[in-house]
Order: sequence, then C-alpha cells, then structure tokens
Amino acid sequence: MSSTTSQSTYQPKTSVGKITNYVDSRVGGSGMVKEFGRKIFPDHWTFMFGEVALYSFVILLLSGTFLTFFFDPSMAETHYEGSYVPLRGVEMSEAYATALNISFDVRGGLFMRQVHHWSALLFVAAVSVHMLRVFFTGAFRRPRELNWVVGCVLLILAMAAGFTGYSLPDDLLSGNGLRIIDGVIKAVPVVGTYISFFLFGGEFPGTVVIPRLYVLHILLIPAIILLMIVIHLFMVVTHKHTQFPGPGRTNDNVVGFPVGPVYAAKAGGFFFIVFGIIAAISAAFTINPIWNYGPYDPSPVSAGTQPDWYIGWVDGALRLMPGWLGGLPLEWNIPMPWGVNTLSLNVLLPALVPAGIVFGLMFAWPWIESWLTKDKREHHLLDRPRNAPFRTAVGVSGVVFYCVMWAAASSDLIATHFFVSLNDVTYWLRVLFFVGPIIGFMVAQRIALALQRKDREIALHGRETGRIVRLPHGEFIEVHEPLDEYKRYNLVNYESAGVLPAEADVNGHVTRTEKARGWLSRFFFEDRVAPVTPAELAAAHSHAHHDEIAEQHDKAAISK
Amino acid sequence: MKALSQRRRHPLAAVALLLIGLLFTGGVYALASSTNDAQAQSFSADEVDEGEKLFIANCATCHGMGAVGSDNGPSLVGVGAASVDFQVGTGRMPMQMQGPQAQVKPPQFDDEQTMQMAAYVASLGAGPAIPSEDMLDTSDADPANGGVVFRVNCAMCHNAAAAGGALTRGKYAPALSGSTAKHTYEAMVTGPQNMPVFSDANITPEDKRDVIAFLETIDEQGSPGGADLGSLGPVSEGLFIWVAGLGVIIAFTVWLTARSS
Repeated sequence: MSSTTSQSTYQPKTSVGKITNYVDSRVGGSGMVKEFGRKIFPDHWTFMFGEVALYSFVILLLSGTFLTFFFDPSMAETHYEGSYVPLRGVEMSEAYATALNISFDVRGGLFMRQVHHWSALLFVAAVSVHMLRVFFTGAFRRPRELNWVVGCVLLILAMAAGFTGYSLPDDLLSGNGLRIIDGVIKAVPVVGTYISFFLFGGEFPGTVVIPRLYVLHILLIPAIILLMIVIHLFMVVTHKHTQFPGPGRTNDNVVGFPVGPVYAAKAGGFFFIVFGIIAAISAAFTINPIWNYGPYDPSPVSAGTQPDWYIGWVDGALRLMPGWLGGLPLEWNIPMPWGVNTLSLNVLLPALVPAGIVFGLMFAWPWIESWLTKDKREHHLLDRPRNAPFRTAVGVSGVVFYCVMWAAASSDLIATHFFVSLNDVTYWLRVLFFVGPIIGFMVAQRIALALQRKDREIALHGRETGRIVRLPHGEFIEVHEPLDEYKRYNLVNYESAGVLPAEADVNGHVTRTEKARGWLSRFFFEDRVAPVTPAELAAAHSHAHHDEIAEQHDKAAISK
Repeated sequence: MKALSQRRRHPLAAVALLLIGLLFTGGVYALASSTNDAQAQSFSADEVDEGEKLFIANCATCHGMGAVGSDNGPSLVGVGAASVDFQVGTGRMPMQMQGPQAQVKPPQFDDEQTMQMAAYVASLGAGPAIPSEDMLDTSDADPANGGVVFRVNCAMCHNAAAAGGALTRGKYAPALSGSTAKHTYEAMVTGPQNMPVFSDANITPEDKRDVIAFLETIDEQGSPGGADLGSLGPVSEGLFIWVAGLGVIIAFTVWLTARSS
C-alpha cells in the first residue's frame, strides 16, 4: 500500500482528528512531532538552568514589548509634569520623563518595568549558573565545544542587552554608567576619543546616544540572542543531552523521559513557575527606582553608584586599580609626531585585562583541556566535579577571581555595612585579586581529592554504621555496611586523567609546546586518586567477608 | 589734600594702602558671611550658667575647660548653638569612643539640658544659631527644587535616595531617613564630622528649606515599587536575585526533577 493511498483511506472520526489531519496532510508536521516528541531528556535539577534562562528571555521579550509602547527614547528637553511630586517641573529628557510616566501614570507600567528588570537580572544569573554547571560537569567536551562557544557568546550578548537597557532611562544612575563607559573608551590610545565622539555623536553626553542604544537594545541584540538561542538548541538536539553516569547509562545512550508528554508538560509548567516567581518578586520588591536618582546631568554623581550585578566585576576592577604604583604614575603623556597622546593604563588595564583573561579562558577552555589531557574522545557522560579535581580547581579559581572583583564593586557598601574602612576593603581586595585565585585553586583541588578518597574508602569498605562490636578475644571493630551495587557503581565508574609526560613527535623531537604541556600535565595531574579497580574491589570484599564471618561469630557469642 | 599728595611717595604709603584694602575686603567679607551667623539668639544668663556646669561635667574632658580644645577634641569657641544642638541632640556627643567619626546613639541629654549647653557654647563666640520654626516651615517649599539642590550638593556622599554612603578611612555620610528638619538644617550650616559647611551664600535658606521638604517627601511617600531593599541600588538588587530569586527557582527545579521513591 503506497503512502498516497494510505492518506486517502484514512478517515478521522472526531472533529479534532479531522482538523489535525487537514493540517498534517498539508504541512506534514507529524514527522517532526514524532521525531522531536520522542526525544529523550535525562532528569536532573541542574539541567534546568538553561530553561530558566530561556524563559526569562521570553518574559523579557513580552514585558519589553509592553514598555516600548510607552517609552520615547529621545534626549529632547522637556519639563516633567507627571504625578511624581518630587520631580515635578524639573528639566529632563523625554526618555526619563516617559520612563517616569511608565512608572507612575501608565496602568500596570511600574509592574511591567519591574518585571522587565528583574527578569533581566535573572536571565544573566541563570545563564551564568547554567554555564557553571556545564563547566564543572565537563559537558563542554567533544562534541559540544562549539555549543559552549555559542553559550559564551550568549553570555556576552546578555550582558550587552542588560547594559544597553540599563542606560536607557537617562536617569542619574544610567548616566553615571555611560560616563564610565565613555571614560574607558576614551582611554583607548589614539583612537579612543574618536570612537567616543562617533558613539555619542560629539562630546559626552550629547543627544544621540540613547536613541542609538535603544535600537541596539530592542532590535539588534535581541535578534542576535534569538538567533544564538536557536543555534544553541539545535545543537542540543543534534548532540543529545548529556547525563550523569549511573547503572545503565552509557556514552551511547540517553536514559530519561521523552519530550512528549512528560517534558512538554514539565517545561510548560516550569515556564509559568518562573514567570510566577518573577511576577511575585516584581510585585513585592522595587528595582531600579529611577525616580530616586533624578534626571541625568554630568555634574552630580550619587554615592553608591553601581552597575547591575553582571557588569559589577568590571566596575570592581576599575575600583581596585590604583592610579599610582608607589611613585610611578600609571597615566603617561606620550609625545607623538602629531601631538601628545595620553596612555591611561589606570583605566585601560582594569577595564580590559580581567575581562580578557576571563573571556579568553572561557572561550578557549574546551581546547585547552583536551590539549592538556590529550583526550579527543566524545563524552556524553558527565563528570562529578570531584572526579575532575583539576578542572574543578581551575573553575573555582576563576569564580574566586570574578567574585573578588564583584565584591570590589560594592566596596563602599561593605565599608558602611560592616563598619570597616573603605581603604582597607580596597587593600584587602587588591591582595585577594592576586592571592584569592591561587588559594581557591589549592583548596578546591584538595577538597576534590579528599572527597574522592572518601568515595574510594566507601566503595572498598562500605559505610561506617557507627556500631562498635567487641569480639570475644577483646578486639573492638566498627561494623561497615557494604554498598549495594547501584550505589557502588556511581563511586567507582569514572575516568581520572593522569600525568601524560611530553612525547616526541614523528620526527623524534619533543617540541617546546609539548614540553610545556608535559610540565603542566605533571603540575595539574600529579596528585590524583585513581578509580577503584576490580582487583582492589575483589580484594577488599574478601577482607570484608572476613569481617562478616567475624561478625557472625560475634553474634553467636552475643546470643549465648 | 596737600598733606596727602605730599605723603603719597612715603615709604609706608604702600603698606597703608594695603591695610586699607584689606580692611575694606575683610569688612565686606565679614558682612557677607555674617548672613550665615547668629541671628542673635537670646539665651538667659541662667541658661548659660547651667550650660557651663553641664559642659564642665560632660564635655570638658576632651574639649577643655572653657571649650578651648585639647589633644582629644577641637575648640568649640565660635561653633555656635546650632552645632551643639545637632551634636548633642542626635546623641553624637558626648562621643562614645574616639574613632573616624562620632556615631549616632540615643541622646544623652534632654532638650532643656541641650539648650543650656548650646547657650553656654554660643556665649563663647558668635556662630550659627539654632534655626527658628519659620525657617523650617516647609509648607510652601518646593520639594522638586530641593531634589535638584540635593542631587548637586549632597548626593555624592549621602546617595541620591539619601541612603548614605562611604567616605575614606572608615568615615561615612549617614542615611538621612528619620533626621528631623532642625537637625538637617543645623548639619548644613555647621558641617558636622566630615561634612562641609553649606553657608547661606552657598545654599540659600530657601533652598535649604526645599532640601528639607525633598527629604521629608521621599521619607513620607515610602517606596512606590514595593520593598526598597535598603535603597542601596543595584548591589542589593543583584544580591536579592542571586539569593532569593535563584534560591526559590532551585527549590522548584529540585521539586520538578524529584522522583517519587
């Protein structure tokens, strides 16, 4: 029977069936639904942060569209005549006035503004946590390296979307933020002032920057984000989802539930949960109270001016940077044939170097790791973070590096709220900027190794039950309860990278890069806890068997 | 006239001219700056006497006998009644301990005693007086103008929402919520702790009143958007979304992926 005859002979009985068949015979969606609907996804709570990010993005699109109906991104001068008394009659831009109108005179406007801003904070936070999950479990390894890069691009885009949005209301806070960006741009040698003048259409602040940022914020950046999300999800479907190792879970299968109906229902419901949480937060907690800050004017700067959290670390780096090193100024005026150029290292270094380090390592990490471990195989099973002490330690080191700068962005609040000197906070954070990542690396590596040793102990000798038994000949033993096979599997079934010394290439030469790799490999992988081998397990079990026999004797002795 | 023209090349003529000039500018300056000073407040001799006793018992340890100052505290001659009323009335003085700056604490003296000490200190030399009721009357003040003045002059230390901010080496600008109109005015004219003095030439009495009206308005209106998280700006917002927002979401993810066992 050919397919055409089968289509013509199928007669749906219900009206829903008729409509579905009508659409399907013209669009042909059933094949797609069949393929995608049977896609299996594994279940773990840490796998849901990407979804949170996606849903926050959808909420951003919805609430942002609402805001565009009432917001006028114009820097034309006006006098505020709305209902917020402490600003009435004050000269300001249309942008700020309409942002105030959204807050006070548009029904539901303040709520939607807060939904938009809170979901923006959640969006970047969810993206970050999602990336940390992917990093610490090794989900970026082959074949997913490129998807990791797409994720990094998404993080940068999310930050860009956030920052352009933060700058739109043209209040004092956003203007101060733009002034810092202007300063950083102007610190770029030679061309900095030109770029700044192009961006602001003349001297800061000018009258064109907000319309320009608006176009970026509502058109270009969301469009690219959307495109990247599509690529990201397409690759997830192609690669299939990773899973934690476990009995029955191999590198060649995915154990979990299908999209339809289980995950479709769960994910659909989860969207409303995320929306509900954001709505509850937006209803109860104020965010970016622009009416507090007043219109932007380059002369006033408010105490406690900070960027939103995801830009905070760059602001923190600027705060940590000294203008002078001892007697050495970090700003030089260098005579050039065409005049004097200023090199402001005190702005340029903190604005570019930490971000360069963080993003450089982040983008390149999948290749750095596979180069170090010479592991080019496909990986669909995740690592528990403790089972990759080297990667975990590098990750923690990066997190500490980031968090030190992050903390520096709130140095003034740390000073006032913990009653310490602002200068001391800065000095300590400067020390931690260099020392913190090293301490973080060592501590995380040691903790991971210790946890691995603990796992090894448990796998070999079982759990300590806390039951102390005295044997007839006087010896005390603690009874260990052996693990069942499923639990033991999780403890013994992992791979552990070892030291790979430098090897000669085909010509018999050991290249310099290879030597460096060998050295790094020794440095990072010298301390390692090897997985339990079957032989070790057998030996331990025969020993445990003796224990059991002893225990039986013991029981017999007790029951007498 | 002849005597003057004869002596105009006298060696001391330049000195005399300089003196006249200095006297003139000094006189004008004194006149101009005295607008800030005591609109001669009348304290009775009794109040001054009582104030002196209180001063000797509670303040002289640091500020010295006769308020001439010591190694531990500055001279109070000429600081004016407003300064005493602010420092003692807000509990900053007597100081609990030496530190970067005096902390607010419950006032140690009642209004009468505070007034007596203010009277004593005012009697030592002219200084800013305690503002009268009509100077603090904000009924027809303009809070919007006060907001503009506040953002230009005050927000860089006290924060645009008057939530306070950090200064160097442990010093800080306090949050202004709950400060009375009188104390705010006194702070502006006397410049307590690390605060600069905002004289009447700098911020006119009308603008000062507007600033007070602005502070009262933002204090009374509360937070239109819900809990204000301390009005501390994006740091507290970021902290909140990371701790509370993500915390609740993680609880839900754990619930959604939990298997019934």
